Amino acid sequence: MLDAMIIGAGPAGLSAAISAAQHGLHVEIVDEYYQPGGRLLGQLHQEPDGEWWNGIEETEKLLEQIESLHITIHCSTSVYDLQKVNKKWVTYTDQGNWESQAVLIATGATESPTPIPGWTLPGVMSIGAAQVLTNVQRIQPGERGVVIGVNVLSFAIARELQLAGVDVAGMLLPPPHLLSKSEGVPQEVLSSLLRFSHLAPSVLMHRGAPFVKGRLAKNLVTAFYPEKGMGVWGIPLQLRRTALEIKGKNQVEGIRVAKVNRKGELRNAITHDIDVDFVCIAGGLSPLAELAAIAGCKFIHEDALGGYVPVHNEKMETAVSGLYVAGNITGIESAKVAISQGTIAGLVIAKSLGARMINGKINEALQEVESRRAAATIQFHPHVISSRESLYKTKKTQ
Amino acid sequence: MNKRIYTHPILENLSTNEEISFSFNSETLSAYKGDTIATALLANQIRTLRYHEESGSPRGIYCNIGHCFECRVTVNDYPGIRACLTLVEEDMVITSGKKLPQPLKHGGEENA
Ligand SMILES: Cc1cc2nc3c(=O)[nH]c(=O)nc-3n(C[C@H](O)[C@H](O)[C@H](O)COP(=O)(O)OP(=O)(O)OC[C@H]3O[C@@H](n4cnc5c(N)ncnc54)[C@H](O)[C@@H]3O)c2cc1C
Ligand code: FES
Repeated sequence: MLDAMIIGAGPAGLSAAISAAQHGLHVEIVDEYYQPGGRLLGQLHQEPDGEWWNGIEETEKLLEQIESLHITIHCSTSVYDLQKVNKKWVTYTDQGNWESQAVLIATGATESPTPIPGWTLPGVMSIGAAQVLTNVQRIQPGERGVVIGVNVLSFAIARELQLAGVDVAGMLLPPPHLLSKSEGVPQEVLSSLLRFSHLAPSVLMHRGAPFVKGRLAKNLVTAFYPEKGMGVWGIPLQLRRTALEIKGKNQVEGIRVAKVNRKGELRNAITHDIDVDFVCIAGGLSPLAELAAIAGCKFIHEDALGGYVPVHNEKMETAVSGLYVAGNITGIESAKVAISQGTIAGLVIAKSLGARMINGKINEALQEVESRRAAATIQFHPHVISSRESLYKTKKTQ
Repeated sequence: MNKRIYTHPILENLSTNEEISFSFNSETLSAYKGDTIATALLANQIRTLRYHEESGSPRGIYCNIGHCFECRVTVNDYPGIRACLTLVEEDMVITSGKKLPQPLKHGGEENA
């Protein structure tokens, strides 16, 4: 029997395995992908100091430690059930079952779809699919495409596509319907964009950012926002254009777009078509948490964390004994935060199983999460810090 | 077109890999070792992995990381294999799902 089974070989699962094994635990990792690294593998962005955050290199650093600690990773292994049987955890996978004293679920996040007419055509894919194709598998998603949905992730990935020689003909708003809510309203999108103006070498973003706080200022900026869009790294950012329909017979051939007013409403029926051979849909991320539900965790809905998250405390413990969570399953944040959360989980599991460790080790790790969170280059939601604080406070007083 | 990205301004160059051959819907194709079924087909300019069981509409990858099951194909007679998660292997036999007959729909209109 294992001391701990770790589900997910992303940054959270890998770092948890490292800190647990460093304290003498016998841990193994399962992951359904064909190589370890999770969504860290595809990441490639420039930090404000000009350094590149290269997900492949960051993954290699973690894997070097995994190797020196002789931790086994079972790739291409999908977990479909998780149960406590006679005080032991059993992880059920398509490659057999494992027993362990503790389980850490580090399954990360999933992309929320934004269905629009034509989205089942081959050549339409999620923005994350294009990221993996381009940066990990090194094949272009197409020659010329558009990105539907303007958010921090699509912004970063549009740049990655461009670096790899793919022509990004524009970034557009999703169609104004119920599912896309504020993501379809130019004013709201613009103000959320200004939160990550540090990623964009653009005059309006830099000069505009400090001023666009109030509603009036936002109205002014969106009113003056060029109708044809504004170039960000040469990619037209079209906050006044919405994607209506993806066209094509057997695969993507084009996209029909229409003008919208500042509130995201269709101004008139004038539309035009853009020739593209691929389309990326960026609907945002939410925690991938089904296994935690199967294992008996309670859930709480937090917009700032990306949706429903299993109830847990800052030590990554759930209310179910022997069951832990870390990384994006606890809320959508950057990989650096996921790494530090994994370290905490590994230490806390080791401690619960009687491992000796230096006093203050866990507190140190807790502080590291907080400082990484505060310094994150990619912040998925502006209220993530306060949301975490209130979640962990409620748990403590229970 | 889905072209391979051999050189990159920041990432390392793609080291050309060992070629392997496999079949897709009875056609023999080649790809690189390390390709998934999905990327192996994309490199051959094939985007359609299957046809929807009911509507017959063509489908390709959507999420490319195992979440959506849009990419399911039959591999060596096993159905429901995710093309985005499965590495292509020498002599692998891959086939697409096809539109199924719907004898109960609209009084059996599609009863083919
Ligand atoms: C498509 C996508 C793109 C992203 N791009 C960026 C980006 O560019 N920059 C950024 O800062 N953040 C990005 N993120 C956020 C990302 O989630 C975090 O940066 C970080 O990778 C989270 O780490 P994690 O270990 O929690 O999860 P992940 O890195 O997602 O790793 C989870 C692992 O669990 C495995 N898994 C899930 N379910 C099962 C199961 N049932 N059985 C077996 N294995 C399973 C998965 O295969 C995966 O390898 C992205 C997220 C997604 C979904
Ligand atoms: S493309 Fe989504 S599971 Fe393969």
